[in-house]
Amino acid sequence: MIEKAFKGDRIYWGWIVLLLVIISTGVFSYLNQLTTGLTLTGMSRDVSWGVYIAQFTFLVGVAASAVMVVLPYYLHNYKAFGKIVIIGEFLAVAATIMCILFIVADIGRPDRILNVMLYPTPNSMLFWDATVLNGYLLLNIVSGWTVLSAERKGVPPPKWVKPVIYLSIPWAFSIHTVTAFLYAGLPGRHLWLTAVLAPRFLASAFAAGPAILILVSTILKKTAGFDAGKEAINKLSVIMTYAAILNFFLLGMEFFTAFYSNIPGHMHGLQYLFFGLHGEGQLVPYMWFSMIVGLGSVLVLLIPKLRTSMRWLIAACIGIVVSIWIDKGVGLIIGGFVPTPLEKIVGYMPNINEILITIGVWSVGILILTILLKIAVTVKMQDQVKT
Amino acid sequence: MNENRREFIRKTGLGVLAGIGAASGIIPGASFEKVAASPAHQDEATGVRWGMVIDTRKCRDGCNRCIDACHEVHNVPDFKGTKDEIKWIWKDPYENVFPGESGQFLSKETKEGLYHALCNHCDKPPCVRACPTKATFKRKWDGIVAMDYHRCIGCRFCMAACPYGSRSFNWRDPRPAIKKINPAYPTRERGVVEKCNFCSERLAQGMKPACVAECSEGALVFGDLNDPNSEVRELLENNHTLQRRSELGTRPSVFYIL
Repeated sequence: MIEKAFKGDRIYWGWIVLLLVIISTGVFSYLNQLTTGLTLTGMSRDVSWGVYIAQFTFLVGVAASAVMVVLPYYLHNYKAFGKIVIIGEFLAVAATIMCILFIVADIGRPDRILNVMLYPTPNSMLFWDATVLNGYLLLNIVSGWTVLSAERKGVPPPKWVKPVIYLSIPWAFSIHTVTAFLYAGLPGRHLWLTAVLAPRFLASAFAAGPAILILVSTILKKTAGFDAGKEAINKLSVIMTYAAILNFFLLGMEFFTAFYSNIPGHMHGLQYLFFGLHGEGQLVPYMWFSMIVGLGSVLVLLIPKLRTSMRWLIAACIGIVVSIWIDKGVGLIIGGFVPTPLEKIVGYMPNINEILITIGVWSVGILILTILLKIAVTVKMQDQVKT
Repeated sequence: MNENRREFIRKTGLGVLAGIGAASGIIPGASFEKVAASPAHQDEATGVRWGMVIDTRKCRDGCNRCIDACHEVHNVPDFKGTKDEIKWIWKDPYENVFPGESGQFLSKETKEGLYHALCNHCDKPPCVRACPTKATFKRKWDGIVAMDYHRCIGCRFCMAACPYGSRSFNWRDPRPAIKKINPAYPTRERGVVEKCNFCSERLAQGMKPACVAECSEGALVFGDLNDPNSEVRELLENNHTLQRRSELGTRPSVFYIL
């Protein structure tokens, strides 16, 4: 089946070459980081996680969101998702690989990464996160690939794959819950020390994930002539709307608890992010931009006339993705570290090497997604020709 | 809902309740009646538990000999500025070392004074809980929270977990920034975390920690918290002391007399 990825037009190959060029700058920057150290990032002893871990957190959500098409299709037999379910699964595969790459990029001694498995430590949430992420990757590769190969041969998928797919459903929730537990269980990091962190992660994931899925489907329709179907897109936009509203609702809960209780520690993180603390507010414009764009997109989605217009829908999808990416991929991580446990304001700005690695990892993910979708679309289109 | 289902749910519910009831009788840990003091206030006295009492009244302004001694003994590099900074023990203002303690109407002395910050060698260390490889661990025999520099993968989860900012990471090769290498203690490699080790290497030779030995004012007192006759216990007995952020339940082994 893999051979289908090698047949494409000039635009397809141009795109692949472009991605490879960007990846190679990322690889070069990574080698740079490997030989010099993580000093080539903007991180410090106070802000000890940065853009890598932030991307990781955002992408775990994208990976988990595949369940929003898998669940209706396989559990409720919702036929309209028949064509989009494979896109969701392959998006999850690409996103999970990016997550793993971001972890590798972040750690100081990648040569020792197997220590996590050689000395399994169940009391560490990172051990569980590594376990569930690798498991999720395997589940999605196996279920996506098996169902697709069966389709290519024109036979029903083997029976054993059903339990694998069913297992992937709770597993999707687990990856983002455990990822939230990385943060939510740490004493002294008030922004993270909240019981709604995992629910909020899931809500933002189920908004941003379907938004990306709609955008990918639109691109596929334009470039490959593969139509996932109007009904599928409509349903996804409804899911996205509910999830985005839930996300903002939960964010509102955070504000209420922090500011009504008036406990300084609880307020500091949000104050730093949204209003500035002790005159310092590096991220204030970004956070408000995220808030306004996010709420604006929700408004667009709430109006059925706009939601069903493709142009408005695409704008809203981009808005939701950008908003959640800033909130989860920038604010959440930095706001957990600043103010520091010693109540100091320490700045963080990713440097160029770090950004090139980040773009490189994204390009790896997009390349994997391109190849997987090329295969999926070719198989699905053959179907259409036959019938 | 049909009758069978209702009956099933009722029976399952009863079964679960009965199970919990039985378990609470048989397994003492699961008993509902057990009343335990908050772990932050419990004292366990088994084995040695190294601890420190810092008598801040005796610490002289402008004296950093304890800090210099520690960093020299342990080959702690000195990168100028905060970007790649590594520190095991340092001094900071009251509001930074004791956030959450009362900051209103502070005396001039308290407001302007500097206070030691170092690893608290917590009895319930969050960093140990977070570490995915047991590269940081609490030594059962003396309570020291130690590091295995050869196992650490540099994920920095411990740094996120520590509520005292006591941990540093080797963002670059530390060796060029070490003024004079002490061959008696290993230097670290790039990419691993490090912190105060309560001078476990000196304790093994019967010596006191370097910072304690260096302080001629007697501001730093070291000893076994589990030994009722130790000097630290005597100080704790006769003075009102503070632990940093005791509300977090980490049970620090470093106490402050203000």
